[in-house]
Amino acid sequence: MPAPVIVASDLTKKYKDFAAVDGISFEVAPGESFGLLGPNGAGKSTTMRMVGAVSTRTSGDLRILDLDPNDYGPEIRSQLGVVPQADNLDVELKARDNLVVYGRYFGLPRKVVQQRADELMAFAQLEDKVKAKVDDLSGGMKRRLTIARALINDPRILLLDEPTTGLDPQARHILWDRLFRLKEQGTTLVLTTHYMDEAEQLCDRLVVVDKGSIMAEGSPAALIRQYSSREVLEVRFGSDRNEQVAEQLAGIGERVEVLPDRILVYSEDGEAELNHITELGLHPLTSLVRRSSLEDVFLRLTGRSLIE
Amino acid sequence: MSVLERTRRSGPLPQSLRALYAGNARSVMARGLLATKSTNWTVVVSGFFEPVFYLLAMGFGLGELVGSVSTTTGQEVSYGAFIAPALLAVSAMNGAVYDSTWNVFFKMNYTKLYQGMLSTSLGPLDVAFGEIALALLRGAVYATGFLIVMQVLGLNLSWLAILALPAVVLIAFAFASFGMAITSYMKTFQQMDWINFVMLPMFLFSATFYPLSVYPEWIQTVIQALPLWHAVELMRGLTTGAVDAGVLWHVLYFVVMILVGLVFTTKRLRALFLD
Ligand SMILES: Nc1ncnc2c1ncn2[C@@H]1O[C@H](COP(=O)(O)OP(=O)(O)OP(=O)(O)O)[C@@H](O)[C@H]1O
Ligand SMILES: [Mg+2]
Repeated sequence: MPAPVIVASDLTKKYKDFAAVDGISFEVAPGESFGLLGPNGAGKSTTMRMVGAVSTRTSGDLRILDLDPNDYGPEIRSQLGVVPQADNLDVELKARDNLVVYGRYFGLPRKVVQQRADELMAFAQLEDKVKAKVDDLSGGMKRRLTIARALINDPRILLLDEPTTGLDPQARHILWDRLFRLKEQGTTLVLTTHYMDEAEQLCDRLVVVDKGSIMAEGSPAALIRQYSSREVLEVRFGSDRNEQVAEQLAGIGERVEVLPDRILVYSEDGEAELNHITELGLHPLTSLVRRSSLEDVFLRLTGRSLIE
Repeated sequence: MSVLERTRRSGPLPQSLRALYAGNARSVMARGLLATKSTNWTVVVSGFFEPVFYLLAMGFGLGELVGSVSTTTGQEVSYGAFIAPALLAVSAMNGAVYDSTWNVFFKMNYTKLYQGMLSTSLGPLDVAFGEIALALLRGAVYATGFLIVMQVLGLNLSWLAILALPAVVLIAFAFASFGMAITSYMKTFQQMDWINFVMLPMFLFSATFYPLSVYPEWIQTVIQALPLWHAVELMRGLTTGAVDAGVLWHVLYFVVMILVGLVFTTKRLRALFLD
């Protein structure tokens, strides 16, 4: 097995007494696509900033490309592409100039940067926005430009902090497609997301993070297998009745989870459980059988929803 | 690959500095020049004309009434020749302070420009040098223009006036470096207003429009501690040709100011963006 490109052990970041990242350990192999999944405030961005060598760890160990970011910040950053959670494009420059200027920050020759900028504008499907002002681009275009910018130094590792938050479904699919291509070319991807479908689509392996700690680790399929049943039955009885009905459902399915707006019944066969419920004389307002997702894994691990 | 190998061979010794400075301030400056294309040109142009208008209005208008004035070294010069170098020093100060305070404050807090720069291989010192160099370039262009005006009006009394150009750059460097350091500690626009509160009296009282000798002794001492007084004296010495060893003190004053400013700026940029 090739040596990992990122090794974090017992990595901790404290702001005053508050541990934003509380002793997490993980490894990322070259070419792997690794995800951090967790709710708001879990410590995803803080972890990404430490991996990106722009934030100093409080304790623990961290090696990026076999270098310690405390001593080799600039060398590490020269090998990384960073897509921060909030776009920080240079609004005083035109779209393509953003790429050229950014490439020059890495000390790359002008000719190389010019050529890559053209390729990347095409890659991001922004050829007709070359001379556009950043402020005139749509949210999805800005995001694509930010990703293109992150690729200007031909990075070995791409760090993506919520790459598709705030985008419409079509824009997300375009982005996913671009990220797939990068992965095929061997770029290591590290990404954070709230969206379990995104994690399932893009990640070979992921960790579920909550309150600065890792709750579980594995491939999306393995996590679902380990922490959830094959299917989930969702029934709604109206917000005021869910709690009360749930008591009568004891013993149905493998596990029952009550959320404010619905009840989840975990089972290998959702339809069968729905029949049981109707046999009990209960008639849900709506019902739905679906496959288990990472959302269910998260709920199981933390007792809370991923998106609150 | 080769980057990493080279890194390891060079060892960790100069690392503390290498983490702060990648030797690529040029790219930050180039970015600034490109961005200037889209800025408001009236601000840039008025920056040049402001001291010229002061010179015409006061040097000739007021100069008629005042006649000649004696410099620190006892030389009698026309009022125009007396205030022209002071106005040059003031415009160097104003330009450098504007670029290094308001401009930097805005980029630091509202556009996240530096955050983006510092996630590349640039270090905080590259950013500081690049931004300051840009301010100096602008200052040098203004100063050249102003010196030409002075020459045309016959206000350069000595060939030493040519040295006023590097002197302006030195002065601007000092104010820019110091201004940037102060700005990096500022959190709100209200705090930024304090900068103007300090600048205006300094402009009026630093022997700009009349010799320092009009003040009582203790006020003179206070003024002599302020940077603008050193700037005015330095410029006046060069354009009137009345120089003595005192020039070296002025130069030293600004060198110290530059170093102190850079140390604090780098420390703060590091704390703010690489915490
Ligand atoms: N500079 C800072 N100073 C103090 N606290 C901070 C700082 N940055 C982050 N935190 C705290 O650390 C915790 C984790 O923040 P972080 O941004 O890493 O979360 P996240 O998982 O990225 O959340 P989100 O999904 O909302 O982006 C939060 O409670 C946040 O308030
Ligand atoms: Mg975040």
